[in-house]
Amino acid sequence: MELTLWTYEGPPHVGAMRVASSMKDIHYVLHAPQGDTYADLLFTMIERRGQRPPVTYTTFQARDLGGDTAELVKRNITEAVERFKPKTLLVGESCTAELIQDQPGALAKGMGFDIPIVNLELPAYSKKENWGASETFYQIIRTLLKDKVNDIEKINPKRWMSLGRRPKVNILGPTLLGFRCRDDVIEIQRILSEQGIDTNVVAPLGSSPDDIARLTDADINICLYHEIAETSCEWLKRNCGMEYTTTIPIGIKNTINFINEVHEKLDLPLTNQEELEHKSKLPWYSKSVDSNYLTGKRVFIFGDGTHAIAAAKIAKDELGFEVVGLGTYSREMARQVRAAAKELNIEALITNSYLEVEDAMKKASPELVLGTQMERHSAKRLGIPCSVISTPMHVQDVPARYSPQMGWEGANVIFDDWVHPLMMGLEEHLIDMFKHDFEFVDGHQSHLGHTATKGPENKEDEHARGNNSIQKKGTVIWTDSGRAELTKVPFFVRGKVKSNTEKYALSKGLPEISDETLYDAKAHFG
Amino acid sequence: MSKVDLNKETGPREVFCGLTSIVWLHRRMPDAFFLVVGSRTCAHLIQSAAGVMIFAEPRFGTAILEEKDLAGLADAHEELDRVVNDLISRRPEIKTLFLVGSCPSEVIKLDLATVAEKLNSRFLGQVRFVNYSGSGIETTFTQGEDGALKALVPLMESTDDEKLLLVGTLANNVEDRFKKIFNNIGITNVESFPPRQSTELPKIGKNTKVLLAQPYLSDTVRDLKHRGCEIIQAPFPLGVEGSTKWVLAAAAAFKINELKVHEVIAPLANRARQAIEKHKEILRGKKLFLLPESQLEISLARFLHNECEMELIEVGTPYLNRDLMEEELNLLPDDTKIVEGQHVEKQLDRVRASNPDLVVCGMGLANPLEAEGISTKWSIEMVFSPIHGIDQAADLAGLFSRPLTRNQILTSKSLATH
Repeated sequence: MELTLWTYEGPPHVGAMRVASSMKDIHYVLHAPQGDTYADLLFTMIERRGQRPPVTYTTFQARDLGGDTAELVKRNITEAVERFKPKTLLVGESCTAELIQDQPGALAKGMGFDIPIVNLELPAYSKKENWGASETFYQIIRTLLKDKVNDIEKINPKRWMSLGRRPKVNILGPTLLGFRCRDDVIEIQRILSEQGIDTNVVAPLGSSPDDIARLTDADINICLYHEIAETSCEWLKRNCGMEYTTTIPIGIKNTINFINEVHEKLDLPLTNQEELEHKSKLPWYSKSVDSNYLTGKRVFIFGDGTHAIAAAKIAKDELGFEVVGLGTYSREMARQVRAAAKELNIEALITNSYLEVEDAMKKASPELVLGTQMERHSAKRLGIPCSVISTPMHVQDVPARYSPQMGWEGANVIFDDWVHPLMMGLEEHLIDMFKHDFEFVDGHQSHLGHTATKGPENKEDEHARGNNSIQKKGTVIWTDSGRAELTKVPFFVRGKVKSNTEKYALSKGLPEISDETLYDAKAHFG
Repeated sequence: MSKVDLNKETGPREVFCGLTSIVWLHRRMPDAFFLVVGSRTCAHLIQSAAGVMIFAEPRFGTAILEEKDLAGLADAHEELDRVVNDLISRRPEIKTLFLVGSCPSEVIKLDLATVAEKLNSRFLGQVRFVNYSGSGIETTFTQGEDGALKALVPLMESTDDEKLLLVGTLANNVEDRFKKIFNNIGITNVESFPPRQSTELPKIGKNTKVLLAQPYLSDTVRDLKHRGCEIIQAPFPLGVEGSTKWVLAAAAAFKINELKVHEVIAPLANRARQAIEKHKEILRGKKLFLLPESQLEISLARFLHNECEMELIEVGTPYLNRDLMEEELNLLPDDTKIVEGQHVEKQLDRVRASNPDLVVCGMGLANPLEAEGISTKWSIEMVFSPIHGIDQAADLAGLFSRPLTRNQILTSKSLATH
C-alpha cells in the first residue's frame, strides 16, 4: 500500500483510453463502475475534445455483484457494437472489475462478432498509464497484423529503391494527452517531406484499424515516444524485420541526429546537411550576446523519460545551462534517465512522489525548473521560474497555436518557453532591487503573485531571524553588518555569495557572518 | 402530490462516484483528513476532479492498494496501519481521519470499521477515526457526503436542548446569512452539520429539529431520526421560492408566526426577484434538459421553471428519495418527466431529439454537446458555488443564463466547429 496525495500517472486503462480516443473506428468496452467515467473529462476538458472518448462503461453496481455481471458485460458489448459499429473492439476492465474476474475479453470473443476483438489485460494494481497505453497499442497492432506477418517477407529498409518509389515511414507513438503530440507530428512530417520521405501511417493519433493493417507498407518505423511505441516497434522489428529509429528529435542536435538516423536506415543520401544548422533560430538566439546571462543558469528537470532526457541535453549543450537536477516518474525509462544523469555528474531522481521532487528542487536551488504541471506549482510556491515540458499537463499545455517540442519549430518554441520565464525571473530581481527607489511604483504586481516580491532569499532571512535564539547545528547567523553588505552585492550573484560565505563560515567554525567575513570568503573563493 | 411522470432507467452511466464529495467536505472541515483506501484510479479521479495541484499538500489522499495487498487481507490491514501512522506523524494537526472505502476495498471486503476501531483506541485523545464508503458501486457523487455525515452521527452527543440543525454542507457565507435570517425571525439556537471544525459536532436529541440544506442525505436523515431528531419537511433552499418555504417550514416547527417570517424575508425576496429579472429575460421559454449527477436536479428544475420560466424537457436524477423530495415534486408542474438512473446513450439520443436550449450535464459530456451545437452548463459548478438561499438566487440563475448569453455574443455557431 502506498500513500499517494497526487500521482503523475493514472491507471493503465486510462492509457488504453488515450490510445482508443486517439484512433478512429474503434470502441472500448470497459468493465468498470460508474465513477471511472471521470476519465472522459481528461479528454473533453484538458484536450477540449469535441467528441466523447469511444468508451462504454458497463457501470456495474454492488447489487449486480451477487448476480450475473458477465451478462451485464455481454449486454453492454452487444449494445456498443450495434450503436457504434466499430471496425475493431477493445475489451478490458478497470481495477475493480479485475477483482471480480469476469474476463470480459474472453466473453467478447465468444459472442460471434465478425470484427477483430482486442482483449486488454492491464494489471491495475501493478502497472500505470503509460504502460497501459503502450500495451494497448501493441495489442491492437498484434491483433490486426498477426496473420499478415506470417505471409510477408522481412522488410528491407532499402526496398523503396527497387520498388521505384519515395521512401515511406510510419510515425508511431503520438496520442491524445501526450505532450504537444498533435504539433510534433506535423513538424516531423514536414521535416521528412523536405527530405523526400513520405509518411505511410501516423498512429495511434488519427489512425483507424485499416491504417494499422497497412503499417507494413512502410520501409521503417519512427518511434517518436518510447513510452508508448517502443514495444510495438520491437514487435514489428521481430516479426517483419522493420527497422525503427530511436533518436528523439527534440533540440537542434537531436533533430539533426534523427534526420541522419533516418537517412542511414533508409540508405538515403543526405544532401542538405549544412542547411540543417540554420533551420531553427535557437542556435543564433542562444549565441547572441543577449543570451550571455543564460550561461550556467541552474536548471532542475523532472518529467516523463523522453522529455526529461531531451531537456537535459538541450539545457546543457544548446543553451549553456547547468543541469542541477534530473529525474523522471517513468520507471520504465529509469535506466536511460540514470545514464543521462551520470553524464552530467548528478544522480537521477526516480520517484512517483511529488513531495520528494519538491524537496530535491529545494535542495538544488535552481534558477529555472523544467517539469510537469506539478513542478510548475511547486516552483511557484518556491518562487522559482518554471516551464512545463512534460505530461501530466493541464488545459494551458494544449495551446491553440502551433507549438511543437520536436524539430526546428520545436526548438524555437523551447527557446521562448524556457527563456521567457527566466527573463520574468530577472524582472523579479529587478523589482526586488529597485523597490526602495522613489521612482518605483509600489503597486507593481509580480507575475508570480504576492509570494514572489520577496524572493526565496528573503524568506530564508526571515526564517534565520526568527530562529536566532535556537540556532540549529550547521547554520550560521548573519550579523546586521553582514546582512547590510550582502544587500549591496549585485542581485545576480547574491545567492551565490550568500551560500559561499556560509560555506566558508562553517568550514572555519565561525558562529557569525559580519561584513568582514563576507570579504574573507570572497578572497578565499577568489 | 403533483402528477409528475416518474421513470427509471438502467444502463451505462456518466456520473462521478461518492469519492468526489471529498472535494468539498475537506474544505468544510479544515481539521479533517480524508484517506481513500483504493486504487490508482481513485487517486486519479479525485485529483482530476479537485485540481489538487494548487495545494502544497492536500488534506486528502489515497492509500493505493497493490498486488501484495490483494493477496492477504491481514497484510492489507497491517499495511493500512502503517500508512495511517506515517500520515499522522507527517500531519500532526489532523483531528479527524476519515477512512473512505472505495470500489476495490468494498469488493475485497477490507473491514475499515475494524481498522478504524483499532486506530481509535491507539490514538485516543489525539485523532478520531471514522469510516464510510464512497465507492461507485454503492454511491454517486453527492452521496459520498451522505456517507461521511452518517458516519459522524454516532459521535454526536445527546442533548434535550431545543435547536435548529441545518444538515448538509453549505458555503460558509451562505451559512452565516441563513443563521442571521433565523435569528431575525426568532430562532436563535441554530447549528450546522457538518460543522466547520470536525471536533465541534453539534449535540442532538429529541428537541433537535433538522432542516436539510441538501437533498442527497437519505441515510444521514434516517440515523438522525433514530436519535430522536424531528425532520422538518420542506423544499430545498434554492431560489426565492424554495428558500422562503424552507425558512417558513422551520418557523412553523418552532411555532413562529408566518407574518413575522414574511416581514423579515419580504425585502430580501423582492430584492432577489428583481435581480433574477434580467436572467429571466434570457431563460424564459427556453427548453431545459437536466442529466443526472448531483441529486440537486429536481430542485434546480423547480427553480428554473417556477422562477425563471424555463420549459422542462426531462429532469434526470441519479437517485430519487420520494419522501425527502415530496415537497419539491409538489412544486413541479404536472407531467414533468423525471428519470431516475441513466442509460447515457439513450438519454443523449433524447437530448438530441428534443433540441434543448440548455443541457445541464457533467464535464465529460459538456464539450462534446457544445460541439454538436447544444449549449451546456456543467453541473459540478452547483456543488462548488454558493447557490443556496435568497441572496444567491440571482447568482444561481446567472449560472444558467451565462452560457446562453455567451452564445448570443458569439452569434455564429460556425466559430465552434470541430
